[in-house]
Parts: sequence; structure tokens; C-alpha cells
Amino acid sequence: MEEITKNEVIEDTVEDEVPHDKTVRLMSPTRMVVRRFFRSKLSIVGLIMVVGLFIFSFLGPLIYTEWGEIELDESGKTEYSISETTYTVNGEEYTIRQTTEKSLKDNFLAPPSKEHILGTDNEGYDIFVRLMYGGRISLIVSFIAVFLITILGVILGGIAGFFGGAIDNIIMRLCDILICLPGVPILLIISTILDASGIDAKYRIYLLMIYLTFISWPGTARLVRGQILSLREQEYMVAAEAMGYSTSRKIFKHLVPNVMPQLIVQMSLSLGSMILYEATLSYLNLGVKAPYAAWGTMINIISTNQDILQNHLNVWVPAGICIVIAVLGFNFIGDGLRDALDPKARR
Amino acid sequence: MAEEKIQEQFDTEAILEVRNLRKCFPIKKSFTGKVKQELIAVDNVSFKLKAGETLGIVGESGCGKTTLGRTILKLHESNGGQIIFEGQDITNLKSSEMREIRKKMQIIFQDPYSSLPPRSTVGGILSEPVEVHNIVPKSQVKDYVLDLMDKCGLRDYYYERYPHEFSGGQRQRICIARALSVNPKLVICDEPVSALDVSIQAQIINLLKKLQQEMNLTYLFISHDLSVVKFISDKIGVMYLGSMVEFGTKEDIFANPLHPYTEALFSAIPQPDPDVKMNRIILKGDIPSPANPPKGCRFHTRCPKAMDICSEVTPEYRDFGNGHCAACHLLNKD
Repeated sequence: MEEITKNEVIEDTVEDEVPHDKTVRLMSPTRMVVRRFFRSKLSIVGLIMVVGLFIFSFLGPLIYTEWGEIELDESGKTEYSISETTYTVNGEEYTIRQTTEKSLKDNFLAPPSKEHILGTDNEGYDIFVRLMYGGRISLIVSFIAVFLITILGVILGGIAGFFGGAIDNIIMRLCDILICLPGVPILLIISTILDASGIDAKYRIYLLMIYLTFISWPGTARLVRGQILSLREQEYMVAAEAMGYSTSRKIFKHLVPNVMPQLIVQMSLSLGSMILYEATLSYLNLGVKAPYAAWGTMINIISTNQDILQNHLNVWVPAGICIVIAVLGFNFIGDGLRDALDPKARR
Repeated sequence: MAEEKIQEQFDTEAILEVRNLRKCFPIKKSFTGKVKQELIAVDNVSFKLKAGETLGIVGESGCGKTTLGRTILKLHESNGGQIIFEGQDITNLKSSEMREIRKKMQIIFQDPYSSLPPRSTVGGILSEPVEVHNIVPKSQVKDYVLDLMDKCGLRDYYYERYPHEFSGGQRQRICIARALSVNPKLVICDEPVSALDVSIQAQIINLLKKLQQEMNLTYLFISHDLSVVKFISDKIGVMYLGSMVEFGTKEDIFANPLHPYTEALFSAIPQPDPDVKMNRIILKGDIPSPANPPKGCRFHTRCPKAMDICSEVTPEYRDFGNGHCAACHLLNKD
């Protein structure tokens, strides 16, 4: 009888040594980051902006089907033009006013109305619908570009940082060379070549973005390399070596996950800059070309007619606002993530 | 003749044999990459270790204990000598060939805070080596890991937890479990308890002893704490400035230390009884820089019994019976 009670006492003390209560769920690092991210109002605003844009450009055209991307409003339009001629006969002035009524096929430059929420542009396309399609192009293209940049940067930066020595030197010098290349002049040349080779206007933007990827990966590669240089000296990497893990496992399973926080921030920030790049290209008529829609080309319309810049704000201002929302949204998210992923930040 | 004899002995008994191992780190390199000056971290170290035994390596900080351990595991390339593990010379194996042998020899690190990857769960840390080396079939990995955790005194619900949620002692248990997950034969314990407080030290040492019996492990136990080494070791090697100055069984070394450095070291063990008069031998000066070691016997600059010969001739490392080896001119006189 006495022995049994003794045993119980011993077991109790053992139980007390356990510092964590089984019922208390401690948060995983990922959950902690999510919680910190949503604590910042600015990152929530950024998230709403980006998610809103996604819904607008990907679900929008499925819901609002009145007009298509390259569907002209052919309801016709009557244009009046007034011409004045002044004659001077025997010292007296005579003015002849002539009104010409022209019947045109396309309903272009229509003001916002029920049929056209934001009106039509100088060709007769619905601006609201083209904003959605432009958003699709911008988001798809920038996501593809950032995805490719990240993959290239992680692989090359990881190899450079992990192996060091001659390989590191080769890759880093290649980075230096690519960073030296001027972006826009080479884009102009490539664009001319694409024009000459007669590639479908729809695909040329993708080819240009592949080129942008090619000159943009050094930033990510440098970031990854720098992180891996410091991480590979950690004792747990020596432990991984002692375990006999393969090199690719050490790089991609042990080192890269620890670079992830910085990588995610870098990705969200470069998404914004890629959207800007795409808009710039389209604005310069290098990227998406008419009749296809892109935010850049929609702003570019003002270069055809001074009148639009002054009197038809509905043609080009919405596209500008979309660009601003997209870039701001991605930057807010990037900033929010950077703060949330900083382990030294307060909980 | 002597060479052959050693070979025979090692084939039957020794799991690990180290012969004249040498490891240098370059300090200065010329423009062409030629090494101008180097630091000799491990110099001419030889010993044999039988399966199931524990060899304690003691010495001051910076004497090359850790480097010795890591060079044996080939985490550092050696610059000379041989490492023979289970009858196979592994000194010049390529890292791909080494991978198979890695599961037979493991290491436990000093710092349990930096030796666990921060972004994986305990379960992930422990099952990864099991999966990589195909220790058990895929379907049994989790049971195997839970069983291992139980052996190492870790609760099963720690499986989903992250290393940062644990205290030092528990983290060291995770490190031990990770090292044992691949069923190694030799475990190099690189000061496994020196980062822990005393009560936890005792727990971890007892755990290591228990596991040694259960799994028939051989330990190379590196420590600067003599009382810990005395408790756990069968054999003891004393290192000073990169070289082994004395090697022998625990009983021999504690009862009859041959080298003056060993004597000085053992006289520094604190006595818990305040009435015992301590006969401490206080060494003069600091440990010399291993980048510029003294000529002759390395210890002669601080040795209380130094003679003229010590500063000129390097003493021979000799066996004085029963495998008790030492390198000192005092012993050669008789």
C-alpha cells in the first residue's frame, strides 16, 4: 500500500517537470507572421487593393459582359462641325457660319453613361471593360516575370552562396554585367526586331517580359547569396553535413526556407515594379499593341489627340488610377510582410 | 613489424583508429593562393578506440579538441595522417562516398541553440535523416521517431513543436535523438553539456550513458570539464596545443598521471569537501599561440619541471605499458 503511494508521488513530480502544458498550443512561426501582418492597417489596405484588382480584372469580365475587349460600339454617332468664314466686302465684315452634320459608324469618345460606365475611347471601345482586360495582362505578366526572376535568382544565388570560390565569382560577375545593361534602349531594339519578325501582338509583351526577367534576376540572386553566405556557417548546417545530406537537399531544404522571409518581401516589392515596367512598355508602344488593351496603352491615347488630355479625362485617368492602386497595393503588402517577418519585432 | 601488429589489433578490436592526424588552417595566403602562414590545430594525434568504449578528450580551450572531433568526421579535410573507421581508411574518401559512412558516425554539438534548424518541427528534424538514409520503411518512420523520442526523454506531443519552444536541456535531447536516429556506431560528443546548467548536465550525461548501454554506442567525448570526463570515460586523452600529451585508461591516468600538464590539470579539479587541502599546481603564463608554437616540447614554456632539452627536442610519444602513452622527456630519463 505504501509503495503504491510512493510511486504516485514520483510520477507527479515527473509530470511537473514538463514546462509546456499539453493543452496549450504554441503558435507556429507562420501563424505568428500572419497575425503580425494583419495587425498593421496599411498591409490590410494593400491586401484589399490587390485582391480587389484581382477580382476586378479576372472575375469582372465574366460578370460584366455587355462589351468585349475589342468590341467596337457601332451604334453610330453624329458629329457636328462648325466652320466660320469671314469676308470683307467694301469695308464691312461678313461672317458665314456653316454647320456640317456627319454621321459616323463608331460611337467614340462617348461620355460616361448607362451603356458605357466610363464612356468610350477614341476608337469606340468601352473603357471600363478594357480596364479589366488591361489588369489581366498587367497582373499575369508581372506574376510570370516575378516567378521566373525568383526561380532563377534562388537557383543561381543559392549555388553561388553555397559553393563559393570560382562558381561564386562567375555568377556574381555575370550579375554585375547584367546590372550594367541599360534596360530601355535594349528593349527598343528587341521591340523593333519583334515588329520585323511579325509576331502576334498578343505575345510580344510576354517575350519582352522574359527579357526583363533575364536582366532582373541578379537582384534576387544577390539577396539569396548574401543570406546563404551567413546561414551556411550556422551549426545546423554542419549538422546537416554530418548527417550526410546531399548538396541539393542542403541548399533547397535547409538554406532556402530560411531565406524565404526576405524572398517573399522582395517578390511582393518587385511585383509592383514589374507592373510599372509593363505599363511603361505599353505606354511607349513597345509592349501590348492596339487593338489589345493594357493600362499603358490606354494612357498612351492622349498622345494622339490633345483634346482628349484636356476634355476627356474619363479616357485616361482610370487607367492611371489602376496602375497607382496596383503598385501601392503590392508595396504596402511588401512593407507589411517585411515588418511581420522581422523576428525582432514586438509580438 | 610494429606497423603490422597495430593493423591486426585494430582489425579485431578498434572501431576507430587515428594515426598521426594533422589539421592546419591557413592564416595568410599569398596572392597566388600559396599558404604563407598556418595555424596547426591538430598535430600528430594518434589513438585507438574500441567499440563500446568512451574516450574522453580533455584540454584547455583552443587546444584543438573540437577540431580533432570534426576532422575525424571529415567535416574538415585533414592535412596528413590517417583516419580508419571499422577497418576502412576514410581519410581520402570523396564526400559522396562519405555519405554512406556518415550514418555510422554522428556528432552532438556544444550549442543546442544553433545546431537545430529553426524552421522545422522536432518531428521534421528527426524524421529527415531516417528518410534520407532509409533506416526504416516510409510507413514506419513516424513510429520509429516517436520511439526514439521516448528513449531520449522527449514527450510524443513535442513532435509538432519548433526548437525555439524548448529549453537548452530539451534541445540537447533533440540533438541527441537526431544523432541517434540513423543508428550510428560512433558518436562524437563535442562538449555536449558545457552550454547547460549543472542539474541538466547530470541528466544529459546519464541519458548518454543509458543510451550507450542500450544501443552499444562508442563515444568520443570532448570536454573541458574533468569531473564529467571522469564520470563517463573509459579512456582519457589529454591534449595541449594541438597534440596529445597523454593517453590511457581512466584509472591509470587519474592514479598515475605521467605528463606534468596532466598533473597540473588534475590538480585543478575542485574538491567539494572544504577540509581537503588542495595541492594546486599553478601554471605560469598563457597558452602560446598555435600559429607560432614553441620549439621542442610545446609545454616547456609553462612546465614547472622544464629542462634544457625540452626547448630543443620534441619528446617522443611512447607507450609506457598497458596502453598508457605520454610524450615527456622526464619519462625518458629513467
